[in-house]
Amino acid sequence: MAAEGNAKPAKKLNLKENYALLTRGLGWEPSYEKKEDIFRNVDFEGVVIHDWDKWEDPFRLTMDAYWKYQGEKERKLYAIVDAFQQHNGQFNVTDARYVQALKVFINGITELEYDSHRGFNMLAREFPGVGPRIAAQMQSLDELRHATTQIHTISQYAKYFTGMNEFPYQFDRVWYLSIPKSFFEDAVTSGPFEFIVAISFAFEYVLTNLAFMPWMSGAAFNGDMATVSFGFSAQSDEARHMTLGIEVIKFLLEQDPANVPLVQKWIDKWFWRGYRLLSLLATMMDYMLPKRVMAWNEAWEIYYEQNGGALFADLARYGIKPPKRAPETIAEKGHVAHQMWSVFYANRDAVGFQMWLPSDEEMAWMSEKYPDTFDQYYRPRYEYWKAQEAAGTPFKNSTLPQLCQVCQWPCLFTESGDPTTLSLRESEYQGQTFHMCSDGCKDIFDDTPEKYVHAWLPVHQIYQGNCFLPGVDPTAPDFNPMVEALRYMGIKPGVDNGDFKGSADATNWEKWTSRPANIHEGAYTDAVRDTASTADVTARKAG
Amino acid sequence: MPIKAITPDYHGDFKDGVEKFHGNQIVNIHWEKHLMFAWPMCVPLPPAMPFGALIDGVLPGIFGAHPNFKQIDWNAVEWKTSKGPFKPDLAKSLTDNGIGHKTTISFRTPGLNGVGGNAVC
Repeated sequence: MAAEGNAKPAKKLNLKENYALLTRGLGWEPSYEKKEDIFRNVDFEGVVIHDWDKWEDPFRLTMDAYWKYQGEKERKLYAIVDAFQQHNGQFNVTDARYVQALKVFINGITELEYDSHRGFNMLAREFPGVGPRIAAQMQSLDELRHATTQIHTISQYAKYFTGMNEFPYQFDRVWYLSIPKSFFEDAVTSGPFEFIVAISFAFEYVLTNLAFMPWMSGAAFNGDMATVSFGFSAQSDEARHMTLGIEVIKFLLEQDPANVPLVQKWIDKWFWRGYRLLSLLATMMDYMLPKRVMAWNEAWEIYYEQNGGALFADLARYGIKPPKRAPETIAEKGHVAHQMWSVFYANRDAVGFQMWLPSDEEMAWMSEKYPDTFDQYYRPRYEYWKAQEAAGTPFKNSTLPQLCQVCQWPCLFTESGDPTTLSLRESEYQGQTFHMCSDGCKDIFDDTPEKYVHAWLPVHQIYQGNCFLPGVDPTAPDFNPMVEALRYMGIKPGVDNGDFKGSADATNWEKWTSRPANIHEGAYTDAVRDTASTADVTARKAG
Repeated sequence: MPIKAITPDYHGDFKDGVEKFHGNQIVNIHWEKHLMFAWPMCVPLPPAMPFGALIDGVLPGIFGAHPNFKQIDWNAVEWKTSKGPFKPDLAKSLTDNGIGHKTTISFRTPGLNGVGGNAVC
């Protein structure tokens, strides 16, 4: 007893001591290996770091606290997801058009979380400083968690709606999904400093609020409690990631003046790449949310022009200027969502979701939100297309696009000062021609053509014969390259795509919920009972 | 400035050299002021194809749905590439008209500028 009575329990460390041991105590000077042999990838980009200990850890989170917080968030999230599934929450969203936006999300965005996990995993290995390595390791785990929670949440929708069941397969093959894929693979194949500036600063700090604020409030406003819940569950992680982004920039800029031009170049490049990627969000916000919370141009004003303006004013003392191509993003803000929706509609047989033309109610909203652009440039096009639909000759494009060698969007964007002229750019490199969609993408190509000549452009791959399933014979008399390419991409023509009206999703929605699949157009089928828009109800009311 | 990479003298291989297109070359065709067709159309064509066959055999399949298409006076059409305006010789091949692999051809149809004269349509 005496011996036991003498044993004092080990003193519990306070948070500061715990964190110091985790980040500084675990780092040691190697004795039998050279430091440059251990950290082989930190020098080649030309970044100069004099003292890794000057790294100010933006959040002093210990590993045990990290597990505890994340565990609590998981429990809450999965309780909500369970309840969502038990109560058929997928039918509580505004209408079945909303689900089309989720298809874009699960097929095009969730995989980026996973790529981000890979990228931060590499940083957690490659940075010599312990503080940033711990931060990168935690972010790597966060990103894996985000991918997982999104997949689990959206899986409930996949049981009832088309186009979400083959997301990892499609991400690597569908022609327009090379846009997000090439964005992140460009980042992951960069050096560690370019990656962290690209993702932590340019994407997470400068741009990601656009995804989290208006998009998540849009999900809430349209009754998608599952998406809102994974959004909230990720939000405290995002706050940490953003803090990491700003800390990285300040650390690099304070370490050595030689880092300033490198950081500026990466900001210019990744702001533009991130903006081009998020243009997808512009069309999701303005066209795919049946009830809208905010127009893209308003979001851009708040989250880039105002917030970003304040940020770059703050960074001016380091000699950092706002991103070179920011003026183009402002000039485009009244056009980009409409241009994108138009091409999705025109090419609705070649995408993995269903399309519709905006209703009168929606066009009135757009006229109000986009007084300088919508009525002049986009309403006439939609009205012509509506007339074509009514005449039984709906407009469709069936020829593949010229793609941008850098962002991989089709070259569909227009000149800043002239919305009736496409902005087409070209570079000659080693006797070959390369196309870009904008000055922003041309800057990037011209800086490192060695990297971008290697881009896997889906349109060219299709024409090279690399996008057909085994056993397909391109010399067969009935060979249809478009149908075969869609099969290879995991898209079922006529089921996963085409017109929303008459689609399996729209028809099933009305059968299962008795509510219109498109709240603006009234009922498509007799299955709808509880709306004033059906002929019976209207007649009864009149009687 | 050359690329900085962990491999000395890194250079990605060219993914889209003309030799990979089974005898065809890539040609992009853009009808200006008809933005319903909102991108240059990318098609693989034999380099020996006469320019006239491009007009008669290829363009109708791409742009024929547009009401302006049947009204085009092909003698009045203004053609250009990134190297500037050119007048095609319809009997000669794409190659002999200076159309190489991945050339983008833009054409303008004077007097025909979209449905109802609206270039967005």
